[in-house]
Amino acid sequence: MSESVSALGGASFDGFVAVREIGPLGMISLRVKPGVAGLDRAIREVVGTGVPAQRRIEVLGDRAVAWMSPDELLLILPYRDTETAMATIGSMLAGQHHLAAVVSDARAVFRIEGAKADQVIAKLCPVDMDRLAEGEVRRTRAAQVAAAFWRQGEGVTLVCFRSVAPYVMGLLKHSAMVGSELE
Amino acid sequence: MSTRLARGGRLIDRTKAVGFSFNGKQMRGFAGDTLAAALLANDQMLVGRSFKYHRPRGIVASGAEEPNALMNMGVGGRFEPNQRATTTEVFEGLRATSQNHWPSLEFDVGVVNNLAARFLPGGFYYKTFMYPRAAWKHVFEPIIRKSAGLGRAPKGHDSDRYEQAYAFCDILVAGGGMAGLQAALTAGQAGKRVLILEQTAHWGGRAIIDGDDAAREWIAATVQALGAMDNVRMRLRCMAAGVYDHGYVLADEKVADHTPGDGRPKHRLWRIRAERIIAATGAIERPLSFAGNDIPGVMLASAVRDYVVGFGVSPGDRTVVVTNNDDAYHTAIALVEAGLAVPCIVDARAQASGALVDRARALGIRVEQGRAIAKVRGGKRVTGVALCMQAGEGAILAEIACEAVAMSGGWSPVVHLWSHCGGKLVWDEAQGHFRPDATRPPTGHDGAGMVVCVGAANGEGLAQPEPVWIMPQGAGTALKTKMWLDYQNDVKVSDVQLAAREGYESVEHTKRYTTLGMATDQGKLSNINGLAVLAGALNSTIPQVGTTTFRPPYTPVVFGALAGESRGEIFQPMRGTPIHAWHEAHGAYFEPVGLWRRPYCFPRGGENHAQAVEREILNTRANVGLLDASTLGKIIVKGPDAGRFLDMLYTGVMSTLGVGKCRYGLMCNENGFLSDDGVVIRLSEDSWLCHTTTGGADRIHAHMEDWLQCEWWDWQVYTANVTEQYAQIAVAGPKARKVLEALGGIDVSAEAMPFMTFADGVLGGMPVRVHRISFSGELSYEIAVAAGQGRALWDRLVEAGAAFGVMPYGTEAMHIMRAEKGFVMIGDETDGTVVPQDLNLGWAISKKKADYLGKRGQERAYLARADRWKLAGFETLDGSVIPDGAYIIAEGMNGNGQRNTQGRVTSTYYSPTLKKGIAMGLIVGGLDRMGDQVEFNTVAGGTVRARVVDPVFYDKEGVQQNV
Amino acid sequence: MLTLECPYCGVKAEETELAPGYEAHLKRHGPGSTDEAFEAYMFARKNPKGVHFERWRHAYGCGKWFLAARDTATLEVFGTYPAQSSGPPAELIEKIKAKRPDWKGF
Repeated sequence: MSESVSALGGASFDGFVAVREIGPLGMISLRVKPGVAGLDRAIREVVGTGVPAQRRIEVLGDRAVAWMSPDELLLILPYRDTETAMATIGSMLAGQHHLAAVVSDARAVFRIEGAKADQVIAKLCPVDMDRLAEGEVRRTRAAQVAAAFWRQGEGVTLVCFRSVAPYVMGLLKHSAMVGSELE
Repeated sequence: MSTRLARGGRLIDRTKAVGFSFNGKQMRGFAGDTLAAALLANDQMLVGRSFKYHRPRGIVASGAEEPNALMNMGVGGRFEPNQRATTTEVFEGLRATSQNHWPSLEFDVGVVNNLAARFLPGGFYYKTFMYPRAAWKHVFEPIIRKSAGLGRAPKGHDSDRYEQAYAFCDILVAGGGMAGLQAALTAGQAGKRVLILEQTAHWGGRAIIDGDDAAREWIAATVQALGAMDNVRMRLRCMAAGVYDHGYVLADEKVADHTPGDGRPKHRLWRIRAERIIAATGAIERPLSFAGNDIPGVMLASAVRDYVVGFGVSPGDRTVVVTNNDDAYHTAIALVEAGLAVPCIVDARAQASGALVDRARALGIRVEQGRAIAKVRGGKRVTGVALCMQAGEGAILAEIACEAVAMSGGWSPVVHLWSHCGGKLVWDEAQGHFRPDATRPPTGHDGAGMVVCVGAANGEGLAQPEPVWIMPQGAGTALKTKMWLDYQNDVKVSDVQLAAREGYESVEHTKRYTTLGMATDQGKLSNINGLAVLAGALNSTIPQVGTTTFRPPYTPVVFGALAGESRGEIFQPMRGTPIHAWHEAHGAYFEPVGLWRRPYCFPRGGENHAQAVEREILNTRANVGLLDASTLGKIIVKGPDAGRFLDMLYTGVMSTLGVGKCRYGLMCNENGFLSDDGVVIRLSEDSWLCHTTTGGADRIHAHMEDWLQCEWWDWQVYTANVTEQYAQIAVAGPKARKVLEALGGIDVSAEAMPFMTFADGVLGGMPVRVHRISFSGELSYEIAVAAGQGRALWDRLVEAGAAFGVMPYGTEAMHIMRAEKGFVMIGDETDGTVVPQDLNLGWAISKKKADYLGKRGQERAYLARADRWKLAGFETLDGSVIPDGAYIIAEGMNGNGQRNTQGRVTSTYYSPTLKKGIAMGLIVGGLDRMGDQVEFNTVAGGTVRARVVDPVFYDKEGVQQNV
Repeated sequence: MLTLECPYCGVKAEETELAPGYEAHLKRHGPGSTDEAFEAYMFARKNPKGVHFERWRHAYGCGKWFLAARDTATLEVFGTYPAQSSGPPAELIEKIKAKRPDWKGF
């Protein structure tokens, strides 16, 4: 069986922060209303955390679950584990109205690492980084394309669509160039 | 001569010499100099030629309001026109050249315009050059373009890079003078998140020059205090360019203008969202209107002070000060304190008194009251002034020799940021200026005022001038044609008065007619004097005449900053499929489809595109072809009400589709017009996957969510756009099955997988979904695989297909093959005004359903009329290809004298399969016209005859695809 | 450039993150409706100078449609609320009436 490859094959760039394409990560988009029977248990089972509150991301080891909208969660897990996770979700939410779809390959994921990672985001996204809470996930646009990001460790994890991965890498390189620090 | 003084210069560092050049001449300045200061220090009084008359022009101001000293800066990839010398910091190696002269600054042939000035009055563009019409294009315009205008646009690629950044704050302070610093300090101490911007390279504004030691100490201490606050951010060289809705502010930061090539972005455009904006933008001094006020050496009094005190530059040994207010006395005092001569202060007021006047007199400066300048003597520089009575008509009383004239007509608050978003102004009679009307501010998202002006920008602490708009007040025509209101656009007192005589009463019309305050001036220097002259000519008052609209940007912002990162590779997102790299490596010629780049064809050897397309089609029809169809939209629709929802969305019935089956569907908008099409497959009892067109994926997903969220919000349906999760590859052609069988895995036999079915399975070791659908008319499988394995599957298909003659084909081959089959294409056969019935697609519309989106729209009477244009096929009698976009002509002419039409072509190609031109189009009567002969117009102007035929040109029985 | 708070995710989004959807609270007229009713549904749009109710989608965010009341002349935003509403919430109407006494009402 062929290995799945990420959009940019792990491209990286060193500027005033380090930019790396990571992945492929396992991702499942779960459309479901909070409070549906079995949801808490399914998330506990698959991710190991509770269901995130509005705009929050719950992270545990190499798994996470992010609140994407009032009826949408994004589950993040190792790439190979999506099939098992889908089965778990399917069985725990059996009979409940929901939609789970694997979207691992539809996305590209970047890590922007360094103390000034926020500054790179501030050049691309109309987001008040001072007011971004710890553990908050923000869906917005990065220049001309949709993106979502959250702070993790010393840096930011940013997710975009696979087809625009080269564009987003270009944006990140441009914005992270040495000498262009905002402060 | 203007020269560097031996001492002084609060803004320069005399230990750091800087070499630069002007018009190729090497010059030296000091770190901290503006280019204007350094030019004056090198006795470069003449810096440019005026716009219309090519009169010699010198530096007038010391800041953003400078109208004359616009320079070409840099060379090659760093060439930039129209840069103000007064706001340009000098750096080692700076290369500046003057502009708007030909052939040279010192000798300019355009100056004949000056001699012909009486033929170039206000509005001359509208009056002259009208006839003969042909002369405009071939004679007038080229000459005007050569001799007029400001700088030339750069021709090459910009070597610098630019970026943008977002910032958010409670309080944005625009202006780093004392008022701005104080506002920032107050807000900062109150715990507000503050951002303070200063357009120059230093904090303190005018107080650096005009303030006492205590003021300068306060500035230093305050800057330090602000710098220590975590909640305050400070940026120098950053100009607030415009205020927009809801506290949105654009600011242009000159990051590396003064350090070119150091790797930093040249400019950074800040996109700021501020809860409140404090405009501490100061005030700009006004010129006085006297004859010859544009001769090099005539400067604003405050600018003279800036050059003397700030930069240690003398404008000349003898400077005559002319004023209607006390403030200019500061300049006279500063000049004398610097050891220079002030032969006379010409004060237009009948009575000058007060502390400053007394101090000037105490220094021995001669003060002439009630006097005016009748005219300035000199050509390329000032040689003297002739005095007269202000109350009179200009009879000369005395001549005074001098090298410079420092003028002050009072001060105008800089209200641009207040006005950009609708803040209103009030005329302050006592101070002789417009200032913000605090009762009518621009309002923000909460309805409250969002801009506050403080300090001089609010009209505070400014000298009270006596209203003197023309000097002398009774000046005749000869003098008024030499009184400049707008230096940059060459507008004189006489021009505005002429406009008034010609009936221009609205200030906005006068502005456009005379060009007063246009271009980079934007009312900074010329506004009030122009309004006053207009009001005088109309026997009206300034508040009645009103002011023109202040529009952003405050000063020009370079295009590079506005474009930001959007250049070159990241000009716009280009979407590539998971197989894109293979296409690139195999010579694909790409075409844009929305933001996607799709292979149009894959030329081999010396093939041109048409030859490549022909080969790809013939090979697909004879052997097997591969198409990268990954861009097709894929949307999962799931839930107890999903079937019902899809029945509303599509014109056909999707709820009855069997699991494992595929069905073609049409989507319309509420108007009834076709909006998208595609194959829907049923995944399970409660879930479907809808394929959309390449361009439709996001739009249709949004359309679905719109109806689910806003109309049928009680229906239990979820959607997920999984377009990019899958790579999708069409394997089409008589040998397609053999290729898949060679890969091994899922049973793709006719029995196991009949036409319009699909199955999940494994192919070549990869988990796939195989659809037996066809857009080419051939035996065809569309294989979906996880995007991350898309390239691997493609490689395997190319490898396994080699034995069967597999070749990739592009979008053009796809388009032609579907046209040969008579399949419609959204965007070709449809244009937003076509209903499915027009395309003979009635078979895809359910007659049983009570409702679907577009059903009511399609019931409108006019859509059932017999003269609707409907789909048919066309073949030219001579086998040629009908031109794209051609119309089918009808008898007679319409009211505009154009031929009547009865239809048009929608798809037209040379068919490699049939070796002739084929076309689809819309024609009155549609298929009822079969056999008729019609005429299409051609690009060349003639017509081409064609026969109306069945639009299915190839394999009408479907023998090829149903094997 | 406007900012509107998305009532679903609480983000104060700027206009570039939103997609406009024109007039709010239209009533759909489908098959069986008169030509007049259908015409009004499809084409007759209010274009007031003053208080107006609009649809917006948080397109670059949570993807949800919401409704907003704002003044088309001053751009003051009175409030935003979920799209699953058949009319503006009572308290929003009260708020607008307090700020715009001349407003004729929804």
